[in-house]
Formats: sequence, C-alpha cells, structure tokens
Amino acid sequence: MTERDEVIAETAATDVFAAFEGDLPAAKRWWSPRDLGRQYLPALIAFLLVILTWEALTRLLAVETFVLPKPSEVMASFFETASVIWAAGMRTLLEAVGGFTIGVTLAVITSLAAARWVGFREGMLPFAIAANATPIVALAPIFNNWFSITSPVSKMAVVAVVVYFPVMINTTRGLLEVEPAELELMRSLAATPAEVTRRVRVPRALPFFFASLKVASALSLIAAIVAEYFGGPQDVLGQYIINRANLFQFPDAWAAILVASILGIVFYLLILGAERVLMPWHVSLRASD
Amino acid sequence: MTIPVVEARGLGKTFGSGTEQTEALRGIDLVISSGDFVSLIGPSGCGKSTLLRLIGDLVSPSTGTLAVNGKTAEQARVDRDYGIVFQSATLLDWRTVEKNVALPLEIMGFGDEERSNRSRAMLDLVQLGMFKDHYPWQLSGGMQQRVSIARALAFEPSLLLMDEPFGALDEMTRELMQQEVLRLWDETGTSVVFVTHSIPEAVFLSTRVVVMSPRPGRISEEITVELPRLRNQDTREDARYFQLITEVREALRRGETGAGS
Amino acid sequence: MGAGTKRGLARTGVSILTLIAAFILLWEGYKLIWTALGWEWPIRPDDRTLPHIWDILVTLFQPVQRNGPPFILVEARAALLTLREAFVGFVVGGAIGFALGVLFVRSRTAERAFMPYVVASQTVPILAIAPMVVVWGGRLDVPQWLTVSVIAAYLTFFPVAINTLRGLRSPQPTALELMRSYASAPRETLWKLQVPTAMPYIFTALKVSAAASVIGAIVGELPAGFRGGLGRDLLQFSQQFTAAPEKLFAAVLIAGLAGMLFVGLITLAEHRWVLARRRPIS
Repeated sequence: MTERDEVIAETAATDVFAAFEGDLPAAKRWWSPRDLGRQYLPALIAFLLVILTWEALTRLLAVETFVLPKPSEVMASFFETASVIWAAGMRTLLEAVGGFTIGVTLAVITSLAAARWVGFREGMLPFAIAANATPIVALAPIFNNWFSITSPVSKMAVVAVVVYFPVMINTTRGLLEVEPAELELMRSLAATPAEVTRRVRVPRALPFFFASLKVASALSLIAAIVAEYFGGPQDVLGQYIINRANLFQFPDAWAAILVASILGIVFYLLILGAERVLMPWHVSLRASD
Repeated sequence: MTIPVVEARGLGKTFGSGTEQTEALRGIDLVISSGDFVSLIGPSGCGKSTLLRLIGDLVSPSTGTLAVNGKTAEQARVDRDYGIVFQSATLLDWRTVEKNVALPLEIMGFGDEERSNRSRAMLDLVQLGMFKDHYPWQLSGGMQQRVSIARALAFEPSLLLMDEPFGALDEMTRELMQQEVLRLWDETGTSVVFVTHSIPEAVFLSTRVVVMSPRPGRISEEITVELPRLRNQDTREDARYFQLITEVREALRRGETGAGS
Repeated sequence: MGAGTKRGLARTGVSILTLIAAFILLWEGYKLIWTALGWEWPIRPDDRTLPHIWDILVTLFQPVQRNGPPFILVEARAALLTLREAFVGFVVGGAIGFALGVLFVRSRTAERAFMPYVVASQTVPILAIAPMVVVWGGRLDVPQWLTVSVIAAYLTFFPVAINTLRGLRSPQPTALELMRSYASAPRETLWKLQVPTAMPYIFTALKVSAAASVIGAIVGELPAGFRGGLGRDLLQFSQQFTAAPEKLFAAVLIAGLAGMLFVGLITLAEHRWVLARRRPIS
C-alpha cells in the first residue's frame, strides 16, 4: 500500500463526505445539479425514509419521549429554542474555527520544516502518529484550568491540538510524495531547496492537505463540543446538550445536535469550495479512486 | 491424429457496444497441435493479447468457434487445462515463493504433502529450489518471473499461455529466460502459445510464428521456423536464424501496409 | 524482524526520546524564564498551574487516598475499565464493517441499496453525543458498559466497511485473471486474494477506530453518576486542581498512554500479520 493509499484509507475512515464524494466526476470545476443529484439523492432519500419511518413507528407504538423522541418533537424544540441553540452554536463554532485555524497554521509550518529537515521529521512524524492515537480531548481539563473554564480559549486549545496532528502528518506525507525523477530534474536546473518546495512539493501536497482539512473540519466541531463536556460556560452547545440530557429533555438535546450537524456540514462545504477554487487541476484524493 | 490443442475458426472479438465499438479480432483461423511452440507477434492493436485471453476463456468471443483440447474454452479453463504467465509476475506478496507456486494446487484441492512435493519439484525445475522460503520482494524481476512460470506448470497442464512474460526484463536476462523456457518446453512436452513483440524472441523460441496485423486484428501470415528443435546461444549466430528474422519482419511490414480491410 | 526494521525502530525510539527531552526542557525552561521575568501570559508559571515534571512523575507512585495503592495502579485499573468497554464494541463494529465490505463487493445491488444508509449513519456525530447516549441508556436501564460498547461499535463499523470495500477491490487485474484461470470459486478468490490484499486498508481503519473508541469510552463516562473509569477520574482531578494539580496531569498522562496502548496493540498485530511478510514488489 503506497503512502497515497494510506492517506486515502485514513481520511476515508473518518471523512464521511469524502467517501460520499466518491463518484462525482473529478474533471469538472463545478458539478451540475444532475451530478450532485445522482450522487447524493440516494442517501438523501434513505435519510428521509429513516426519518419518516422513525416518526411513524414512534407514533404507532406510542413510544415514550425518553425512550425515543419523535422527529416532530425534535423539530418543534428546534424552532422553539432557536435563538438559544443558535447562539450557543455560534459560540461553539467560534471555538471550532479558532482552534482549526491555529492548529492548521502550526501544522503547515511544522510540515514545511519536516519536509525540509530529515532529522526534525524523523523525530516529529512518529511522535505525531503516536500522539494522534491518544485521546487528546483528555487535555480539556488541563486547558480549562490554564485558560479559565469559561473562556473560549480553553476549548480552542483542545481543537487546535486535535486538528494539528492529522493535518501535520498528512501534509508532511504529501510534501514528501515526489517522484525521484522530478527531484533529479530540479537538481539539474540547480534549483534551491526553497524552489523545489515551492514548485514541486507544495503542488503535490495540496490534495493531501485538503483531504486532511476536510477531516479536520469535522473533527474541530466535535472536539469543541466534547471539550465543552469537561466543563464550560452554560451557553455553549456541549454544556447545553449535556444539561438537557441530564434532565432527560432529549428533544431539546437533539435539536442542539441538529444545529451542530448543520454547522459541521457548512464548515465542510466551505473547505470543499476552497479546494475547488485553489486547485484548478482538481486532483483530489477520494475514497473511490 | 491427435486432437489439436487449439482450434479456432472464424474467431472474432468486438469490444464495446453501440457507437463505441472496437473490433479487436476478425476471422481468426488458427490450429495449434500438441507440442507446438507458437508465437503471436504483431504491432500494438493487432489483438494478440486478446487472442491469448480468448484461448484462456478470460474473454468471450463475439463470433466464430474456438476449441481448446477439443472442448469449449470455458470447459478447458474449468478443467484447468492451461497455465498462464503474465508480463508482471503477479505473485502474491504475502506468500512465500513455495506457497505462491502452490496456489493453484490449493485451489485444485491437492493434499498438503502432494502440494509441497510438486511445488518443490517445479522450483527445482526453474532452478530456484533454494529460494522456496523467500518472499517475492526478495527476488529480482527475472527470478519472480521464473516463479510465475513454475506456478503455471505446477499442475502439469497440457497448454502454457504466456503474455509478453519477458517484456519487463533487461535484454540479457531475457535471453537467459528464453533459454529456460525452451528447456522447460522440451522437458515437460507442454504446448506453448507465446505473445511477444520481439522478432528475435519469436524466432528463437517457436516452431511457428503467427504474424498478425492490426485494425482489425487478423492473422496475416504463418511462418514455420525451420531451426533444430534444441536451440542455444549458437543458434543466435546461425545464418538461417537471421534469415527467418528478416522473413518475419517483412511479413510484419506487409501486414501493416498491404493487407486489405 | 529484520535488522533494518530493528534499526528503524531504534532510530524512531531515539527520536521520540529526544523530542520528550526537548519538551521537558521547554516546560521547565518556560517556568524558569517566566518566573524570573514575572510574566503571566499565556500560562502562569507557578507550581500550581504548571507543576514541575518531576512532581508529576512522583505523583504516579504516591497513593491516591490515604494508605491506598499508588496512583499509577489505581489509574491503570481505571484505564483498563474504560478500555474494556471500548474493546467489545470495537470488535463487534469491526466484524460488522468487514461483513458489510464483503457483502458490498460481492453484490453491487446490495452496495447501491445499503451504502447510502451506511454513509447516512455517520451524519450523526456519535462522539459529540456520547454522553447523551449514555444518559439515555441509563434512563432505559441499559448497563453503562453496553451503551459505551454500542458507541464504540458505531464508531468502528463505518471506517472498517469503507476500507474493507476499497481493499477488496484493490488487487491488480492480472491477479484476478490469474484466479479466473484457475476456475477459482468466488469464495476462494475472496479469501485467497482479495482479503489478504485488503488487510493493510482494514488495519488502517482499525487504528483510526481504536483511537476514536477510546475517546468515546472516556467521554461516555462524563455524565453524572458513573464512576471508576478514566473519564470520571479526569473530571474529579480537575475539580481538585487547586489542591493537587499534579494528579490531573498524571491522569492525563495515563489516559494518553492508554490510548497509545490500544492503538499500539493493533499496530503490533498489523506488523505481525501484514507488514512483516510483505513489501511492495518493485
């Protein structure tokens, strides 16, 4: 299994949408409604079917709310508590985006360094892979104590660390994935290491980078919410969800989760859009390649 | 008279459908007798690999008839009448060399002892006996191909199909491998259908060279190779050898330019 | 293990140790310099907020409660509890994912019919809702370990299914032709060719899911009322931070090691069954 395959395997593992994106034609810059329809319609229909069946069954069998809330109850709560949950969503989104930005920036800087200096890479890469296996959210209580439990910075820090490792690992792999022939060519043109990086490594790395960004976008929202479970101000999504859950008010909790899912999808689509704009040659790592 | 190993009459193959069709082969009449070593040679697009795959029932014909060992190609495949060697060795990289050779034997249900006996015998035949516990990545390209050949012969088929098996090897290894194949052919009495794009290779190895031409793939000529059955490095210096190479080359040229549609 | 692998491992070990040493230097150096200069941003350098590394390590060997067993043992036991919950679900999820992969590769219709549901299942961010699921389970009198197992299974089956499918489809065309030339039954082609080829992909998915399962298990312990696992202890030590900050750091260290251990075991299995035997044939 080549490096490229490994990156695809890892990102496919966590990136629902990449697996999903699979059969959309790569060569097109903007997908036609027909392409999108053909790709996403089955899943959308499946989703709607599930919701409808869920609603029908819970009504028919008179299932208690605490056992399984009805979708209609969730939607009712969604609209009733809209101002509260969206405000909470925005605060959580801030933590997610803030942490994402910090983590990605640090990851890019470190990756460039790792691609350039072998010694640094040999230390950093295995460490990053090992650290990626740890439950990084366990750092949340520490950051809560360092940066004040009510400050968004404490959650941003968790998100930054969670995002840093996968982005750094995959971007480094991408920067290193150059053909020996390309390096020989650059050498024959007496190119400096900086030029090699700019002209060869960075374009090569972009697909890997974007694949990891997509994963990171999903991770950052989840990491922010999970970090909030370890303690935070009352008006963030994580705390709201767990408070409602502890009071067995599940429709309210699900409504908040719906907000989180929507925010996650929007974040992902923004990254997707950025990828389409910044990579005109549309080489992307997708699970169906 | 014994049944021909391969008998094709009016064989044809078209790929694709509707407006995007490619006629890979048309009107192939070919008879291969037991013990023959037949090379299929021609420029790219002449359908030689397709013909090989038709014989192996890896592809189904569109027109004509094909009999392998007097049966349908499919029956011959199900009866495991042939072994196949591809251009890439296609060894399974998680199995040792010995286990790779034993693969067809496992599938055919041979017992443990029989399998290891046959595998080792085959590896000895290709002179790789002492590498039986190695892994493919530890062997050179030429050695991997020899393992691939050993695997193809492991169940002693009456027919051996080879699709440009030495294409990826360097010239010197190629010549050694050609020698090897001839020796195996002589020792096992297997019939061989050999696809190649190298004229010297075709002449050196075969009892008969089948020259094909493209667009659509046809057999344009068949040239019998009148060289002694046992060939070696001296053969490569023989005048008749060079004459035959020229004959084949001219046949190829005629096929490409002359032949009608 | 070949000499090359041993050397590679040794080099990696040295690199990691160097990094740890650099980290310790950074930590203590920060404390020293910031204290000397009286700075407080971004993190206060006092011993309450930033205990000495040595103190943290010492805490590992001190009893948690009066005359009780040492910290490291208590927390290791908690870690095992947490991991055990995750492990059951992980194995079940892996099996389901594998079965789905095999089903989808055999039957295109099954894939087209069920894949949308498989993908749709992941739009629910199960990690984010783990505590809620646990509370829900508790309300329904489902034992906590079972709820956490279900969460772990949910996290595992999707990556394994996707990667199994991908791996099963990855053999070269000539390899498939070879099996066909042997008139090999589909089941034989599956087990002799496709599954071994898929192993590296499956293991990658397993490693990712293992890490996620551990997180799911820890997070699932956070809701009130559950005790004995890592998640609860982390919260508890967080509350005791002003009194004994070293305990929290030590607990986080152990949580990190627990995660690494779980993934490490799978990596070991991978080396044993997958990597040791093969290298790309070039």
